[in-house]
Amino acid sequence: MRLVILDDYELASEWAAKYIRNRIVEFKPSADRYFTLGLPTGSTPYGCYQKLIEFHRSGDLSFKYVKTFNMDEYVGLPRAHPESYHSYMWNNFFKHIDIDPANAHILDGNAEDLEAECNAYEQKIAAAEGIELFVGGIGPDGHIAFNEPGSSLVSRTRVKTLAKDTIVANARFFGNDLSKVPTMALTVGVGTVMDAKEVMILITGAHKAFALYKAIEEGVNHMWTVSAFQQHPHTIFVCDEDATLELRVKTVKYFKGLMHVHNQLVDPVLSMKDQ
Amino acid sequence: MPSNKSVSDAPIIQFTNCRILREHKLQREDLWVRDGKILDPEKLFFDEQGYADRRLDCAGAIVAPGFIDVQINGGYGVDFSQPCEDVSAGVSLVAKKILEHGVTSFCPTLVTSPPAVYHQVLPQINVHNGGPEGAGVLGFHLEGPFISSEKRGAHPERFLRTFRSGGTDDLMETYGSLDNVAMVTLAPELPHSQSVVSTLRQKGVTVSLGHSVANLSQAEDAVRHGASFITHLFNAMLPFHHRDPGIVGLLTSDQIPAGRTVFYGMIADGIHTNPAALRIAHRAHPSGLVLVTDAITAMGLPPGRHTLGQQVVQIQGLHAYVAGTKTLSGSIATMDMCVRHFKQAAGCSVEDALEAAALHPARLLGISHRKGSLHYGADADLVLLDDGLRVRTTYISGEEVWRAEL
Repeated sequence: MRLVILDDYELASEWAAKYIRNRIVEFKPSADRYFTLGLPTGSTPYGCYQKLIEFHRSGDLSFKYVKTFNMDEYVGLPRAHPESYHSYMWNNFFKHIDIDPANAHILDGNAEDLEAECNAYEQKIAAAEGIELFVGGIGPDGHIAFNEPGSSLVSRTRVKTLAKDTIVANARFFGNDLSKVPTMALTVGVGTVMDAKEVMILITGAHKAFALYKAIEEGVNHMWTVSAFQQHPHTIFVCDEDATLELRVKTVKYFKGLMHVHNQLVDPVLSMKDQ
Repeated sequence: MPSNKSVSDAPIIQFTNCRILREHKLQREDLWVRDGKILDPEKLFFDEQGYADRRLDCAGAIVAPGFIDVQINGGYGVDFSQPCEDVSAGVSLVAKKILEHGVTSFCPTLVTSPPAVYHQVLPQINVHNGGPEGAGVLGFHLEGPFISSEKRGAHPERFLRTFRSGGTDDLMETYGSLDNVAMVTLAPELPHSQSVVSTLRQKGVTVSLGHSVANLSQAEDAVRHGASFITHLFNAMLPFHHRDPGIVGLLTSDQIPAGRTVFYGMIADGIHTNPAALRIAHRAHPSGLVLVTDAITAMGLPPGRHTLGQQVVQIQGLHAYVAGTKTLSGSIATMDMCVRHFKQAAGCSVEDALEAAALHPARLLGISHRKGSLHYGADADLVLLDDGLRVRTTYISGEEVWRAEL
């Protein structure tokens, strides 16, 4: 894996956004060959989305030939609810960029047949020829998407019941009323994300530090599902200092020492204007 | 990129680079319009997978709901109360001109007139939506003749009336038909007026109190029967008194039935109301304030003598007097001038000033589901303003109907 450590949240968000930008620009997406991007929600990727919107506004990055697949969506929450992941993606990303609405895929948590919806999603990903870069986050319980502790590491897109930790963590979005938080969600599986050509996990904040430790310094374990990516050939973890607080000094020093190599991935930053 | 045609073939316009008035705040958001109505872009994106056909760069302008003037007697030489063969020509002229002031809907107002005038004029103008030809007509505002003699102001005394028998008979005898009537101003101290207020409410006509010497309890009684507006607060009514606040007391009355709001018109031209009085009213009851022009024939015309109803007026600067007296006969300020003056005099926010000219009158008339606001599904009647609240462009049903020359 690459463990990219930046000083703070802003720098981590910027690094991640630049990396995504470079990957898309370098790929030279076109009508015959779309760039497929897996996307997360939550407070961690917010800064990264802001930066990507900036890149779009400056004309350096277009999403015209990008297809996106979000990781998850709550079950039973009305799509227009301000806390639905559809609302999040519209307000924080889609409405500011030039993506074709037909290419923005999010699981429908209000589908008649949830299982069919999940299977159809897997088929859509296959039809798009797989995900080029899957961006994700990590929960305080070490989960990727809503693959809660105990999820199969080869799982596919399916319905999951949320763990207590997750419900508590999400309560702040529902007026701190635990009873208002949805209890189920549709989520891509660990296996689904593992199929991506490349995986980038964003982890910021001290409250995620223990989960990061479990994910990269301990073994592959279904109780900390992000650990599955130890077995993926191309994983990048982008963190801020605070997220590394539970790691061994040796680990942090090693990867900090590699920053000059990591930074070659984002410097120079490429632009679609030059194409 | 063309819009998806699954729901509608109509082109979608996206107003960008603007600040829109939504949920009582100016927000940096785009405004989407289709089929003359405000469109929900999130639904368009996810349900229809559609996007805009055309993007309109607003150059940083404020986008507000088009202004609604519920009290305007004429302008540009037209006097709505002057009987003539072709009333609609006059109404159309004014309707077209007021687009320049950001007004997209209005209530042509008739002052106290003889029954013959009402019978001739009312049937000639139907309620209709606006367009490139001019602002929409929401219905007549009949100010009089059932008003107080003492507080008639510029209204001709010989045409004042009272309710004799049951009240409603006098109403229909005087007006002929209420089909195109949006509002009636009357004096609630007139005997038998309570049943008239109820009848008007039942017919969907807004009842306003004005040109009256009513005390607070008579005014509250009228509100209980359905009255919901005060015609040009402070003017043509008893002054506020601390032991009987009169009609003015409705602003803070605790006798207003639950769930109802009493609105009040203010002519914020700097002449009809002292700025301190304007502030007292605004601070006492901000959500009820409705900006009106009460504009008369002379609005838009040069200084001199002009006709209003059955009387003659004299224009001097921004003042319009009953000729030969010092009685104000009406205002010649335009709606956008009123919005600017109100904001400055009241020291209120831009949002408050804009809502007083659109949202509040829409609520007053019970049409806020489609006018006076930029929520999804509302009519796309818009006014684009610069930071000084000067009108740049006016739209009705999403179509540009007036543009300021640069």
